[in-house]
Amino acid sequence: MKILVPIKRVPAPETKIRVRSDGTGIETEGVTFVINPFDEIAVEEALRLREGGSAEEIVAVTIGGEECVEQLRTALAMGADRAVHIPDARLLDPPGVARVLRAVVEREQPRIVLMGKQAIDDDCNQTGQMLAGMLGWPQATFVSKVQLIDGGARAECTRETDAGLEVIRIRLPAVLTTDLRLNEPRYVSLPGIVRARGKPLETITCEELGISVEPRVRTLRLDAPASRPAGVRVTTVEELAARLRDEAKVL
Amino acid sequence: MSTLVLLEHDRGRVRSSSLTAVTCARLLREVSGADYDLLLIGAELGEAADGLARLGARSILLAEHSDLSAPLGGRYSAVLAEAARSRGAETIIAAASTFSKDILPRAAALLDAPMLSDVTHVKAGPGGLRFRRPVYAGNAIATVEVAAEQLVLTCRPTAFDAPELQGGETPVERLRIEPSWLEDGMEFVSREERPAGRPDLTEARVVVSGGRPLRDSDTFIRVLGGLADTLGAALGATRGAVDSGIAPNDWQVGQTGKVVAPELYVACGISGAIQHLAGMKESKVIVAINKDPEAPIFQAATYGLVADLYEAVPTLTEAIRAGRRAGDE
Repeated sequence: MKILVPIKRVPAPETKIRVRSDGTGIETEGVTFVINPFDEIAVEEALRLREGGSAEEIVAVTIGGEECVEQLRTALAMGADRAVHIPDARLLDPPGVARVLRAVVEREQPRIVLMGKQAIDDDCNQTGQMLAGMLGWPQATFVSKVQLIDGGARAECTRETDAGLEVIRIRLPAVLTTDLRLNEPRYVSLPGIVRARGKPLETITCEELGISVEPRVRTLRLDAPASRPAGVRVTTVEELAARLRDEAKVL
Repeated sequence: MSTLVLLEHDRGRVRSSSLTAVTCARLLREVSGADYDLLLIGAELGEAADGLARLGARSILLAEHSDLSAPLGGRYSAVLAEAARSRGAETIIAAASTFSKDILPRAAALLDAPMLSDVTHVKAGPGGLRFRRPVYAGNAIATVEVAAEQLVLTCRPTAFDAPELQGGETPVERLRIEPSWLEDGMEFVSREERPAGRPDLTEARVVVSGGRPLRDSDTFIRVLGGLADTLGAALGATRGAVDSGIAPNDWQVGQTGKVVAPELYVACGISGAIQHLAGMKESKVIVAINKDPEAPIFQAATYGLVADLYEAVPTLTEAIRAGRRAGDE
């Protein structure tokens, strides 16, 4: 069984995001870029499925400029077998990304697409569901546990929902999107980095995939959020209770 | 030209946070003149439509079928997309939640429409509608425009008020369900049932939230539960607390958990990582209780108290109770 893991290059989660003064984007100077944390969890889960004997091959794929190859190398160093880079430096919207991924799925024929539930830059939480819809495949979103059942014909997935945990069973092939509690991704080891250098990293253009995508959502500008007025430090619990009652009037 | 609003319900009881999508639809009607229809999907909708008659909709559409008892993404998105087609809806809206985030993007793909998540503002611009939505965990606000015939969007419930009731009656119609819509290769197994008691996190007027210093789930409930019950509050938690099993996943507040904006948010033993702030910084009053005077949560707090939460929280609970008793006399 083959697993396809789409990954995205994003600023590291601990980055203090600053909006450029002209509103065209965020300041990227000095910012470290990483694999989107949810996608990293997807890579880890794919590795565990392979280590457990359920999968044979893991292919990582990304869409973006030349700089994204760095994140593909990281996925290979974690243990993915192959990587595919779709060069496109434009900011695609989720339907655009899903259309490119659908073409990759048709070419690679994976049984499972495992990907992050959302990217921590645009916070959309759309691409996996869109890909599943385009393929007509079952989906399990926000999963915190995955177990293959019926000899690998189906997957039993625990999902993190607003109402608590939910269990569903879905037929494969399917798209699974990861939530935080699915696993804790391994660190990249030095031997892993060395091995990654010898692994295949292929570049395929959208033209070669036979598709052209145009983003339909256009970001006009970014602004810094309104800042909260400075608060006050209270010195005792009694003062806190009094201010909540008499000043804020929330008690 | 019309808007279709998908409402979320629990066994026929419509979730109040989901009604904020009606407010968003009204805003669109003001700007573009588009009427809106309401859609409920489920197995036994019973009297669910009764409470929706005075929301000013053009119609209430019920999609009822025994195979729609659980909100499975495949069939629900197929029903939503078909309902949108049957109404000629240009815009499809639902309030952001794990329910809508599962279903709407897939429906958007079926309709070949783009989608906007967590919209907080809508207004008319020179080239059409302009939307605002938070990105980078709310550390930036994007203004976006969409070039498409049809648009799917989730609105952030904390950014829109509950809709006021209007006069008039709304006709109820039923959507004919085709069996092919229900064939999605997905099967519902079970859902965790939680004892009801405290208010829902996204609907509570007050939220008491805790971080990893609460140590374990018993301690969490023992220390924060009393304050929460005194205030009629919901309990919330940080990602760290959920990761370490101190609190259940559906209590997580933050970028990837729930976004809340209660009148009062009491953060106990929470350092204030940007991912957590993203989920609560729109709260009207924020109280932070933390031992570490340098904790970033204090920059967001209306009232900050540098103290050990194990002493401060029980004392605060008692002070509030005492204040109430004095007020009663």
